[in-house]
Amino acid sequence: MTPSTIIPSRRQLFLGFFSIGLSGFGGVLPLAHRMLVQQRRWLSEEEFTELLGLGQILPGPNIVNMSIAIGSRFHGVAGAWLAVAGLMLAPLVIVLSMAMLYDHYQSLPDVQGTLRGLASTAAGLLLAMALRMGTKIERHAVAVLLAVLTFIAVGVLRWPLLLVLLVLAPVSVWLARQRGRAGDKS
Amino acid sequence: MMLLLSLLASFSVFSLMAVGGAITLIPEMHHYVVESHHWMSGQEFAALFAIAQAAPGPNVLVVSLIGWKVAGLAGACAATVGMCGPSSLLCYYVAQLWQRWHASPWRRAIERGLAPLTIGLVAGSAMLMSEAANQHWTGWLLCAGSTVLAWRTRINPLWLLAGGALLGFAGWI
Repeated sequence: MTPSTIIPSRRQLFLGFFSIGLSGFGGVLPLAHRMLVQQRRWLSEEEFTELLGLGQILPGPNIVNMSIAIGSRFHGVAGAWLAVAGLMLAPLVIVLSMAMLYDHYQSLPDVQGTLRGLASTAAGLLLAMALRMGTKIERHAVAVLLAVLTFIAVGVLRWPLLLVLLVLAPVSVWLARQRGRAGDKS
Repeated sequence: MMLLLSLLASFSVFSLMAVGGAITLIPEMHHYVVESHHWMSGQEFAALFAIAQAAPGPNVLVVSLIGWKVAGLAGACAATVGMCGPSSLLCYYVAQLWQRWHASPWRRAIERGLAPLTIGLVAGSAMLMSEAANQHWTGWLLCAGSTVLAWRTRINPLWLLAGGALLGFAGWI
C-alpha cells in the first residue's frame, strides 16, 4: 500500500460504502472512484484501476465485487461483509419501497404512463451505455468480431448465456493472449 | 418455500454467469421470469428495470425487484443473496491471488479477452430491454432521444429519467 493512502476503520468502511450506495444513480462507479481515490484516499489510482479490472473480469455485480475486494483488503471477512452491507442496505430499502408504491398504484393510468416513459428512457440509457462501451472497444478485428458474435448469439438468437460464455470466453481469452504475444515480439 | 429455493438456486447460477455485471444478465433473467415461468409480463419486467434505474444504488437491485415481484420480501432476499453470494465468495478468494498474478501475461489476456464479450452482452441486454419497454412508436422515439442525449452529452441521467417520466405522465408515451 502506498504511504499516501489511509486505512479506514471498520466503521469508516461501512459508512463510506453506505454513502456510495445512497448517492449513485444509474450505476455507482464514477462516484466510487471519486470517493475512494480522491476524497478519502483509501486507494491509490493504480490500486483502484487494478481492483476495478478484477471486479469486471469476475462474474457478478462489479461494484459488489469491488466492495468485497476493498473490504477484505482492510479488514478481512468482516470488512467484506461491512462494505457490501453498507453498499446495499439503503438502496435496497428505497427500491423496495418504490416497487411497493408502484404495485399499489399500478392500475392508475397516470402511474402506468409514468412508468412507460421511465422504462423507455431507462432502455435508452442502457443503449447509450452499450454505444459508449462499443466505441472504446480494442481496435482489432478479432475483438470487434467477438463482440458482434456475442451480441448476435445473446441478443438476436437468444441462445442460453451459459452456452455462449463456455464457448466464446475461452476462445476470446486465448486469442487475446495471441495478440499479446504478437505485441511482445514487435 | 420451493419458489424461494428455485429463486435462490437460479440466481446463484446467474451470479457466476454475470460477466461484466448484472446488466449483462437481462436476456437470461427475462427468459427465466417472463418466458419460461410467466411470473410477470414483459412490460412489468421493463417497469421493474426502470424503477431500479430511477433509484439510487447499484444496478444489481433489479434482481432484488424481480425476486420481490415473484415472492415478496423473502423473494427479494433470496434473489439478492443468490445473485451476490457465489460471485462474492469467488471474488474474496481471487482478490488475494490477483496481486500475486500481477506480472502474468494471462491476467492481461483475460481482461483483454473478456472486454469484447462484455460489450456484446450489454448491447444484447440493451436491445432486449428496448423491445420490452417500448410499446408504441412514441416510446421508441423517447428511447432514441434519451440514447442520443445520454451518449453525446454529459447531462445527468436523472434529468433524462425525470423528463421521460413526465412525458409518460402527460400521456404521450
